[in-house]
Amino acid sequence: MSKNDIFQPIQFRTPLSRARGMGSSHHGVSHFITERVSGLALAPLSLWGVYSALKLIGADQHTVAAWLGQPLNAVLLVLLLVSALVHLSNAVQVVIEDYIHRFTSKSALVIGNLFVCVLAGAVGIFSILKVALTVTGAH
Amino acid sequence: MVELALPKNSQVKSGKHWPAPAGAKKVKTFKIYRYDPETGGNPRWDTYDVDMDAVGPMVLDALLYIKNTIDPTLAFRRSCREGVCGSCSMNIGGRNTLACTHGWAEVPGKAVQISPLPHMPVVKDLIPDLTLFYAQYASIEPWLHTDTPEPQAEWRQSPEDREKLDGLYECILCACCSTSCPSYWWNGDKYLGPAALLHAYRWLIDSRDEATGDRLDALEDPFKLYRCHTIMNCAQVCPKGLNPAKAIAEIKKMMVERVV
Repeated sequence: MSKNDIFQPIQFRTPLSRARGMGSSHHGVSHFITERVSGLALAPLSLWGVYSALKLIGADQHTVAAWLGQPLNAVLLVLLLVSALVHLSNAVQVVIEDYIHRFTSKSALVIGNLFVCVLAGAVGIFSILKVALTVTGAH
Repeated sequence: MVELALPKNSQVKSGKHWPAPAGAKKVKTFKIYRYDPETGGNPRWDTYDVDMDAVGPMVLDALLYIKNTIDPTLAFRRSCREGVCGSCSMNIGGRNTLACTHGWAEVPGKAVQISPLPHMPVVKDLIPDLTLFYAQYASIEPWLHTDTPEPQAEWRQSPEDREKLDGLYECILCACCSTSCPSYWWNGDKYLGPAALLHAYRWLIDSRDEATGDRLDALEDPFKLYRCHTIMNCAQVCPKGLNPAKAIAEIKKMMVERVV
């Protein structure tokens, strides 16, 4: 039934019952805080990321690997990746909830979003550590 | 899924043209959305060429003139004609506002285009169905909640605490804000919308209210509250100059304060 069909009885529910729906789910504030805090962390981390990338332009593989072998660089890069992905997954979830209304497709997309972000994070962290630790071991 | 185009039966076709009377010097065209559920069919744009020398300064004056002298079938809500009742809210020149406080000369463009508040079911012509909007207002329980036995006289409040309600209590529930909010368009059945949330905040910060925690509990929800993405259309269109977006931000702040 289209939502414009106001002359059809909408399941005979009272307007207040429709407005209350299933009530409050008592969550949302942690999502809100995570989004803000990850955004806050991203501000300095992404500046550092851009600065480092610019510094490494034109460098050969050995130099980049050696740079990643520095503990601070490796840790900051892992943190940048994690906060970016946490921020991304939170934000994409909101977009999905905004625009997709059918329960099954919405749930599937929200879970898919989570899986993709976790996978990207896991592969990213493993790769950073692999390069960082290999280089450190070689020295 | 979000509807990117209007469904076929909602597409607005062109309608009747009502020319200006002969001899009219100052003519302005009003392009008005018409829909009559009894005759069925699609909605249409009717155009009225109005002799503005016979009309008062506001858009509502023009609408009343059209209804009284040109086309009595035109339907719209109106009551106080001075921005107090909120009845004549509609979309004028692409912007939600009150017809009674908006001058027709202020509307940019050649024709004054008037349609009902966006994304609401239309009852007839410029009359939207606001049943759910009012129910959402009722759902935030807009009255004083107390457990303490009632005092002999009134509940007392300091002038400073009373001042906190300024900018909130003035809301006339015209629905301009909620119906201008894309989040409300997409999720109007679950998101309470700026108007209801502004009122929710009005009761949250009322120093006399004893149910702040319960009120916050009832709002903490990804849809009821957190669909607000600070788009700010609400604050831009409010004909009373209020800022619902700020009230919502304050609620979000209270939610954080509660857990940290």
